[in-house]
Amino acid sequence: MMVGPIFVLAEHRAGELRDITFEMLTKGHELAEGLGTELVAILLGHEVDGMAQELAKWANRVLYVSDPLLKNFNADAYQAVLAHLIGERKPILTMIGHTAYGIDVAPSLAVQLGLPIATDCLDLCFEDGRLCVVRQVYGGKVNVRARLKEASSYIVTVRQAAFQPGEYGPLSGEVERVECPIKEEPKGRKFIGIVTPPPGAVDITAADVIVSVGRGIRDKENIPMIEELAELLGGVVACSRPIVDKGWLPKDRQVGSSGKTVKPKLYLAIGISGAFQHVVGMKDSELIIAINKDPKAPIFRFSDYGIVDDLFKVVPELIKQLKEIKGQA
Amino acid sequence: MDIIVCVKHVPDTTEAEVRIRPDKKDIEKEGLPLKINEWDEYAAEEAILIKERLGGTVVAITVGPPEAEATLRRVLAKGADMAIRVWDDSLEGSDGYVIAKVLAKTIEAKGLKYDLILTGAQAADDGFAVVGPMLAELLGIPHATLVKKEEILDGRIRVHRELEGGLEEVVELELPALLTIQTGINEPRYVSVMGIRRAKKKPLEVLSLSDIGMGPDEVGPAGSWLEVEELFLPPAERVAEIIPGSPAEEAAKLLEILKSRGLI
Ligand SMILES: Cc1cc2nc3c(=O)[nH]c(=O)nc-3n(C[C@H](O)[C@H](O)[C@H](O)COP(=O)(O)OP(=O)(O)OC[C@H]3O[C@@H](n4cnc5c(N)ncnc54)[C@H](O)[C@@H]3O)c2cc1C
Ligand SMILES: Nc1ncnc2c1ncn2[C@@H]1O[C@H](COP(=O)(O)O)[C@@H](O)[C@H]1O
Repeated sequence: MMVGPIFVLAEHRAGELRDITFEMLTKGHELAEGLGTELVAILLGHEVDGMAQELAKWANRVLYVSDPLLKNFNADAYQAVLAHLIGERKPILTMIGHTAYGIDVAPSLAVQLGLPIATDCLDLCFEDGRLCVVRQVYGGKVNVRARLKEASSYIVTVRQAAFQPGEYGPLSGEVERVECPIKEEPKGRKFIGIVTPPPGAVDITAADVIVSVGRGIRDKENIPMIEELAELLGGVVACSRPIVDKGWLPKDRQVGSSGKTVKPKLYLAIGISGAFQHVVGMKDSELIIAINKDPKAPIFRFSDYGIVDDLFKVVPELIKQLKEIKGQA
Repeated sequence: MDIIVCVKHVPDTTEAEVRIRPDKKDIEKEGLPLKINEWDEYAAEEAILIKERLGGTVVAITVGPPEAEATLRRVLAKGADMAIRVWDDSLEGSDGYVIAKVLAKTIEAKGLKYDLILTGAQAADDGFAVVGPMLAELLGIPHATLVKKEEILDGRIRVHRELEGGLEEVVELELPALLTIQTGINEPRYVSVMGIRRAKKKPLEVLSLSDIGMGPDEVGPAGSWLEVEELFLPPAERVAEIIPGSPAEEAAKLLEILKSRGLI
């Protein structure tokens, strides 16, 4: 029996294909070769011919739907079009990014079609035609290998940065335009607009030294201690998401998937557990040092050096010794 | 506005030592502190805020064993009117799809009226991020995930969804609709022990699978799309050298490292 193709849903925003697209295509290419089937990039949008040509280098085939109804991302419209394409072409697997767009469309698509889904996957493989995945649970402290219920077609969402965009091809895939299967705007849901955050007072992405603080700091009153340390190190203060959620630091200081991506010479993580959504924003820093009282905190798996101790003991020591060093100079 | 909020009682593993069970199918839960899923704390708060603004009712539902009632009591103490807990031992090991089906069946079986359903964006333990949108699909209503702001209009709701990099997408849904709530949308109120005690007078109904017209073969591993094979410890991307000693020694060594690299 011929195995169906592997679909990769291309994700794009403001006319640009996003990194996750190439990460998924690379993994999809490997899986398709293993199964001896086609890798198909799916592109939905309006006036996206340029992007379709770009994708053709990465896939055996590009299926694209260009229609004013798809001009902006709309989960309902995407779901309807994807359901149609999956029904017609019967892919063995549809890969979608575990992104703000992907998680808005993939789970409900799976339920509509009755197809098994696994979300936020770090790895995928086929074993005797059954899909196996690796996911992370308990805030990144444990990984789990799971199998999906046997089916003729599967859906997964793929974690960002789980795969490196590789070098293969160029494949010069065939570009095939498909008529838009929906004729009117979805009833229940309307796109209104995109809001861009105002530029913040401090650009943490430009800093060489970042002292970053997380929920371990316990109270707003303890933030000045971190500010003092950052100043002594000639760096800026950044933070994990809960610190912004609580209003202790402004949004422009947040590092992570829904904040900023930084790559300083030094990233000092204090009282941060190392949840993936944080790590994805700092893991490429040159030198990463973490201070956390939990020796099993995931952040240590992304650090060059670790101090397993109470930050309320270590940070004051750092401040004291730095002052001594500066005093001598 | 009649609102349903779905909440999950989860182990708090942030600071706890997590041990994998000998059968490798889950972690040892014994002794772990349990609490309301962080995202659901925000979802419950948002439900109460809307009720305070516009009137109506808030019903909290959980699918979980008896100890999950602590989370329901907490939501009742915040101001929910009623709570429902659904459980059967055969639900152990269910994936997000099964939970969504159970929630949908519960809402149907109880004939609950709703204008809005709120869930968390994801559960802190399994991190599927699927139950909300799956439930919406099963009920045939529109949904939006990762909501950071909402405004109820005439028969519609306008929401801000969080995208990567701090961008937000503004979307309008027709009511009834389901939203999955992202942290930071509000400031969850303080819930006192007294408040929780007082909330004991509020109705909390316990339902079995048969009460909602489901059988054991539809739930647990039998009804799930995902079957756990084994848990294992994640590999390290960088192997951290742990700096030993007292806080003073740790600090000194850290500064030495920075100095050797010309960072101070
Ligand atoms: C869609 C989505 C997007 C997200 N985007 C982001 C994002 O952009 N950025 C982000 O950061 N998160 C983001 N998150 C949230 C993320 O999943 C985590 O919840 C968050 O990163 C946890 O922050 P934390 O490490 O500060 O807190 P926690 O996970 O609570 O960790 C606190 C740590 O402090 C340690 N600690 C406590 N006390 C002390 C002490 N006295 N001394 C030393 N250590 C101590 C603890 O051991 C623990 O490891 C996102 C989540 C979702 C679902
Ligand atoms: N057992 C459960 N009972 C009630 N609600 C749940 C349950 N599991 C998940 N949810 C809801 O679905 C959201 C997302 O969970 P998940 O899809 O498992 O990441 C949670 O924040 C809850 O609002």
